[in-house]
Amino acid sequence: MFYVMLESTRSALISILAHGLRSFLTTLGIVIGVASVIAVVSLTQGMSAFIGESFSSLGSNSLTVQSYTPIAEQMRGVRARLTPEDLELIERRAEGVASITPILYGSSASQVRYAAQTTFSQIMGTTYAYREVSQSYVQLGRFIAESDNLTRRRVTVIGSKVRDDLGLPENPVNKYVELGGEWFKVIGLLETKGDFMGFSQDDIVLVPYATMRSLQGNQARTDIQIQLSLSENADVEDVTRQLTALLRNAHDLSPDEDDDFVINTAEQLMNTFDTVINMVTLVIGGIVSISLLVGGIGIMNIMLVSVTERTREIGICKAIGAKRHHILAQFLIEAILLSLLGGLIGLALGFGLGAAISSSIESFPPASIPLWAIVLALGFSGFVGILFGILPAAKAANLDPIDALRYE
Amino acid sequence: MALIRLSGISRHYEMGSQLVRALDEVDVEIERNEYVAFVGSSGSGKSTFLNILGCLERPTLGQYYLNGAHVEELDHNQLAEIRNREIGFIFQSFNLLPRANALGNVMQPLVYRRIGYRQRREMATEALRRVGLEDRMDHLPNQLSGGQRQRVAIARALVTRPAILLADEPTGNLDSRTSTEIMHLFDQLHAEGQTLILVTHEEDIARHCGRIVELKDGRIFRDRQRTEAAH
Repeated sequence: MFYVMLESTRSALISILAHGLRSFLTTLGIVIGVASVIAVVSLTQGMSAFIGESFSSLGSNSLTVQSYTPIAEQMRGVRARLTPEDLELIERRAEGVASITPILYGSSASQVRYAAQTTFSQIMGTTYAYREVSQSYVQLGRFIAESDNLTRRRVTVIGSKVRDDLGLPENPVNKYVELGGEWFKVIGLLETKGDFMGFSQDDIVLVPYATMRSLQGNQARTDIQIQLSLSENADVEDVTRQLTALLRNAHDLSPDEDDDFVINTAEQLMNTFDTVINMVTLVIGGIVSISLLVGGIGIMNIMLVSVTERTREIGICKAIGAKRHHILAQFLIEAILLSLLGGLIGLALGFGLGAAISSSIESFPPASIPLWAIVLALGFSGFVGILFGILPAAKAANLDPIDALRYE
Repeated sequence: MALIRLSGISRHYEMGSQLVRALDEVDVEIERNEYVAFVGSSGSGKSTFLNILGCLERPTLGQYYLNGAHVEELDHNQLAEIRNREIGFIFQSFNLLPRANALGNVMQPLVYRRIGYRQRREMATEALRRVGLEDRMDHLPNQLSGGQRQRVAIARALVTRPAILLADEPTGNLDSRTSTEIMHLFDQLHAEGQTLILVTHEEDIARHCGRIVELKDGRIFRDRQRTEAAH
């Protein structure tokens, strides 16, 4: 068996090389198919890996609680809220919480000004605990302190994009910026985090929570977000249950009413992203696999032509003692080799394509090919070779020697 | 016992609604080291006869016994085995593999015998030396003259050390000088003990053989031995 394979491979290689251009064109379908599959997979997998990393930087043991109003309710003018009282309640009653911080968002995007430069940025009111919960550290100056909140100091910590947009000096500490008509002193510059899904994570302005509340005035309608991180041995599920019970009780929800808040874990978010990305991979991968099928048909076509063209040769081989399986193996291995060769070229091409795309689009994560994709691509192209090679090979093997010899 | 024994061999074709009897109850025995020519006009059934001898075609009726085997009872693979081991076939149009060089062509039958590359190469080189082509081993068929191509084909037939060598109009595509060379090679092989059977319609060629069998309309018309002196 091994001997037959070896000899067939030898003659198949000779035959493929003898028709270099034709072999290349034949296998082009497979090349394109595999290349596109690999390119797609490498891009989406690269993205997935990148998202995984980004989320672990968010702190995998952190929870976010925010208010949630179903669309139908919103239409009726109802708006669920999380209030500072809810925050206090959780601080007092929940177990397993290491640090907790409110986040009070400014109205959508607020104007930020420094000298003649103006930009729009996300202003968030928060406390010193935000640093631990969201793993945001300062590279210059200091973070918001407890005392800043207690005295409602007009200080701010900004992201590096805000600094650049405003044309602030490299070290913006002690400069003053104008936020919503009030002057704030910059006390710190956050570490640069880069882009996440095309959004800059450095376009951020942090002010003390209490300062933010006093600026917003109408406190009765405050809707805050609460971020908390869990203590070492706390169970995410358990804390989630506690929070749900506390908040439902505080909001006077009857058992048949839905929660008017949502609790997200970083892990949940990551899983959601992963699911979406895997779906996208699967769908695009499925679509481009069709080109592999088309490539396979191309190979079958050429193999059939090749069998017809070499009918006389087949007759000669049979006359000098070739058995059916010799002929079958020769043509089948030729088809498989063609297909695998295409797979290999496609693999290299696809990887190159993925790398080129990911590096040419700024902020796109680097491409990465998982081993399973390589195995799958080669396995699939080999399978295509067998699937579409077997018919021509069987046709060749079953030729009658004398008919084949007489074929002109 | 005879090397080859055919009894009641018939080959019928259907051509449209007509039944063509290419061979009709032929009985022949051929001994080891015989040098036989089958002659006859075109349509006499001599090529069909050679194809049956060469196990390329099966007879419609009759028994064919070759070197210990009842050929009519064998299946596809066993026939392939017989073609490989017992028979060396030489064709009028040479039938070399166009993309393999002389050496590759001669090595090809050994591939089906599971012989390793090194030994194959040795055996093929030896066979090419016997036909005087040791300096043309790496030439492709289209780089060789007709006579040289036929020599390669003969080397390919010899390399397996077959019991019989079958030649179908071996000189049909060659000029007379080359034909003579090829026939001298056959004579020499016969002298070394090879059994040779050839089909021809040329008197000059048949004259080299020790026995001439004439076919006519699918039947044996005359079967005569030539005296050793006339050789």
